[in-house]
Amino acid sequence: MPETKLAKNAVGRSVPLEINGKPVIPYKGVGKHNVAGAKHGPKINTCKDFPSDGNKRVGTLKEALKKAGLKDGMTVSTHHHFRNGDLLANQLFDIAKEMGVKDLRWFPSASFPCHEHLIQYLEDGTIHHIEGSMNGALGRFASQGKMKGVGVLRSHGGRYQAVQDGEVKIDIAVIGAACADSFGNSNGLYGDSATGLLGFALADSQYADKVIVVTDNMVPFPCVPWQIQGNYVDYTVEVDKLGDPEKIISGTTRITKSPDRLLLAEMTAKFCDETGIIHNGFSFQSGAGGTSLAVGEYFKKIMQKKGIKARFARGGSNKYLVSMLEEGLIDYILDGQTFDLEGVRSMAENPGHVWTSPFTSYNYHGKGNFAGMVDVAILGATEVDVNFNANVVTHSDGYLLHGIGGWQNCLFSKTVILPIPLFRDRIPVVVDEVTTLCGPGELIDVIVTERGIAVNPLRTDLLEKLKGSDLPIKSINELKDEAEKICGKPEKAHFDDQIIAVVKWVDGTVLDVVKKVR
Amino acid sequence: MKRQQNIAEAGIAGPKVRSDCYVRLELTEKGGIRINLDSKVKSLYGSSIEQLCSNVFEFFGIDNVKLTLKDSGALPFTISARLEATVRQISDTGKEFIPDMIDENKYPSVRDRFRFSRLYLPGNNPKMMLNAGVHNPDGIILDLEDSVAPTKKMEARLLVRNALRQVNFYGSERMVRINQLPDGLEDLKYIIPHNVHVVLIPKCENVSQIKQVEKEINNLNKKHEIRQGVFLMPIIETALGVEKAFEIASASENIVALAIGLEDLTADLGVIRTNEATETLYARTRLVNACKAAGIQAIDSVFSDVGDMEGLRQNVKVSKSLGFEGMGCIHPRQISIIHECFVPSKEEIEKAQKIMDAFYTAREKGLGVVAVGSKMIDLPVVKRAEKTVNLAIKLGMIPEKPQTSTFKPQT
Repeated sequence: MPETKLAKNAVGRSVPLEINGKPVIPYKGVGKHNVAGAKHGPKINTCKDFPSDGNKRVGTLKEALKKAGLKDGMTVSTHHHFRNGDLLANQLFDIAKEMGVKDLRWFPSASFPCHEHLIQYLEDGTIHHIEGSMNGALGRFASQGKMKGVGVLRSHGGRYQAVQDGEVKIDIAVIGAACADSFGNSNGLYGDSATGLLGFALADSQYADKVIVVTDNMVPFPCVPWQIQGNYVDYTVEVDKLGDPEKIISGTTRITKSPDRLLLAEMTAKFCDETGIIHNGFSFQSGAGGTSLAVGEYFKKIMQKKGIKARFARGGSNKYLVSMLEEGLIDYILDGQTFDLEGVRSMAENPGHVWTSPFTSYNYHGKGNFAGMVDVAILGATEVDVNFNANVVTHSDGYLLHGIGGWQNCLFSKTVILPIPLFRDRIPVVVDEVTTLCGPGELIDVIVTERGIAVNPLRTDLLEKLKGSDLPIKSINELKDEAEKICGKPEKAHFDDQIIAVVKWVDGTVLDVVKKVR
Repeated sequence: MKRQQNIAEAGIAGPKVRSDCYVRLELTEKGGIRINLDSKVKSLYGSSIEQLCSNVFEFFGIDNVKLTLKDSGALPFTISARLEATVRQISDTGKEFIPDMIDENKYPSVRDRFRFSRLYLPGNNPKMMLNAGVHNPDGIILDLEDSVAPTKKMEARLLVRNALRQVNFYGSERMVRINQLPDGLEDLKYIIPHNVHVVLIPKCENVSQIKQVEKEINNLNKKHEIRQGVFLMPIIETALGVEKAFEIASASENIVALAIGLEDLTADLGVIRTNEATETLYARTRLVNACKAAGIQAIDSVFSDVGDMEGLRQNVKVSKSLGFEGMGCIHPRQISIIHECFVPSKEEIEKAQKIMDAFYTAREKGLGVVAVGSKMIDLPVVKRAEKTVNLAIKLGMIPEKPQTSTFKPQT
């Protein structure tokens, strides 16, 4: 591996000036990086090169990939609408292997444990590296320094930004859709592999050189609504099965039964109530994690008791959010990812359940986005430090285990709350310094732990409102000391110098690096 | 040190195990201390874990040993308890490796504190102990009896002992349920020196059991120079126990409450336990009566369907109406519902305050009759109202000195 030049960025982390042979910019601070120039322009197409009857069907995915010109070194993208039930990405690289193609850059919107299948292709050189979340086995593989290139971790909004700005030029986008017509109009609403929406594929459809839509539910033109427009699509393919419906339903979308997590959720809701965050017409971001879902349920009780409603809820939809919509407690769900079949049903039936995309909700290089309009975002973290910086991608032992998802983007909400345990199985969660910095502390307002709530000193308004509250308000340092008192002071994890992945900020600059675990 | 065996095991390992560890110890002739550590937190705590193990071996005078430690994020008090459990199997040491008592655990209890909720925790499960206090039960019971397998009793004693010293109870009353006698008397040795507030005596049927426990506690208090008393809470779980309830309740001034255990009682009665619990109505009312006659608290059995919060709510309401002043819980989520139901409602408090106002006014004016509006109030009603007001004051629901308190003692 060539010598990498490093520079200290605005949060004091040493980051490379070049990744996978391309120059990158170190993080400069929130809102400090100015941009100029034009967006990436995909090449001009003409109707005369496409079937005049609009039928772009080809027989197989392999044929489509051949026609799209799949070759060594290309960037191929897929999407995680099918979550852990995805069959498409694995099929895609099985074909690439058959064709003997090498050194592909895989650009998924996220990876899941089902993609462990692809480790063999990372090993044999079919895939050079992954730019997208690396969870479970893939994360472990990368953390051990076995991936040929350097992984790049982006938020959902950062992924849109990278494509739009031309940082990542997608050669071939393979979009799996639960429902499509032969022209390429497609949606995620109908069929055996229904996933609700296809927002994560929007950038790919707009900017990729070649776009292939794959479906297991081909309907006659027109497929409506067209969440992906056929006018962007080169080829359409029908297959028997795109996803495993049982696994498409995300495993985390059930309200936790853990008493400790329910306590966190209850404390979080109480905090929001006491500080006036829950008011008539407010808005909230709800994640898919068990604690986050439980917060929603406590919000519901408070709203019912006060006879108020929310204007909108943003985030992954699920049966709990849908029931709030149907009971009139929320006017709109602005849905970025549909987590269960109730969400899919509601989106198809209810005009108040609206599908969104990383462009509308998260893209930082646009004329605004929805994330900043949200009153409160309830998010998770693997670690938080005494400066309120948070980590979501690695654990304290240094292993890369999670993606960023929409997390970074949601930090722009008016109030960001992280309900997290003070420690997990002896691993302190509130620490001196996060292993990997994924979110700058200035954007993180409140840490709720079972042993106390810390409010960022920057939020004097919240602290003012909490005067006289019986909530256990403590300083972040007190929480850290308490964690260390219980668990003991941890040693620092040992890392090799080799950078195995970088964490990008929402503006494309490099926030931190992940190093090989020793 | 007399050898009993060369190999010993304690604790538990496995993919689902959290905050615990498995220890296998093999005494060897030579080779010094060899530690094979497999830990989820090795990169963060590897050297401190090895140091702790060495300290334990040094303390017990073990020079040559092969230790296999499979750790799932156990805290030091758990690791040392598991290690000690193995050491005790291979030697007849009389020594105990006792961790420090954290300052937060040095508080006392008082006789008439509220005991609305008492959370039962299996005595050999460290994971559940760690956060029990943050759920704010009135009491935490570390259980050495039914929730601990017969072969794990010694392991559990050591873990409970260490937990009493190292796990922050956050102000909850510190309770241990010992085993049935005579094993329960052995349990006392591991808990009495560690600021246990209440000892729960299971399957209590006669006064002699209380006397035996008390005698052992007195001996231990003398031995360890402990001046603070230990409260007792006998649990009535048999038909005979029910019949003897008053005798038991008044057997010692250290008894603060009687609890009833309906699972065993229904088995003893040969009836099926139902949520409505009419089958034990006699037993429960008899127990309440005995407690009131003896001037102690009556504590109801646990409600075992942890998923049925509405059922629990109904159950507590009935319980309170019968005269019980608290209830056991087996899941932290039951605590807040139990508290809500036992705490007097706003309406109850307001009504009681009105009655007390009328009482004070009547006393001041020297009237023999207390009236609220046109309604005459009997003295027992005043007494009950006073109890409610005092409870509300103690719970901080109303100010300590209500402005209506114009009562001046008559001379």
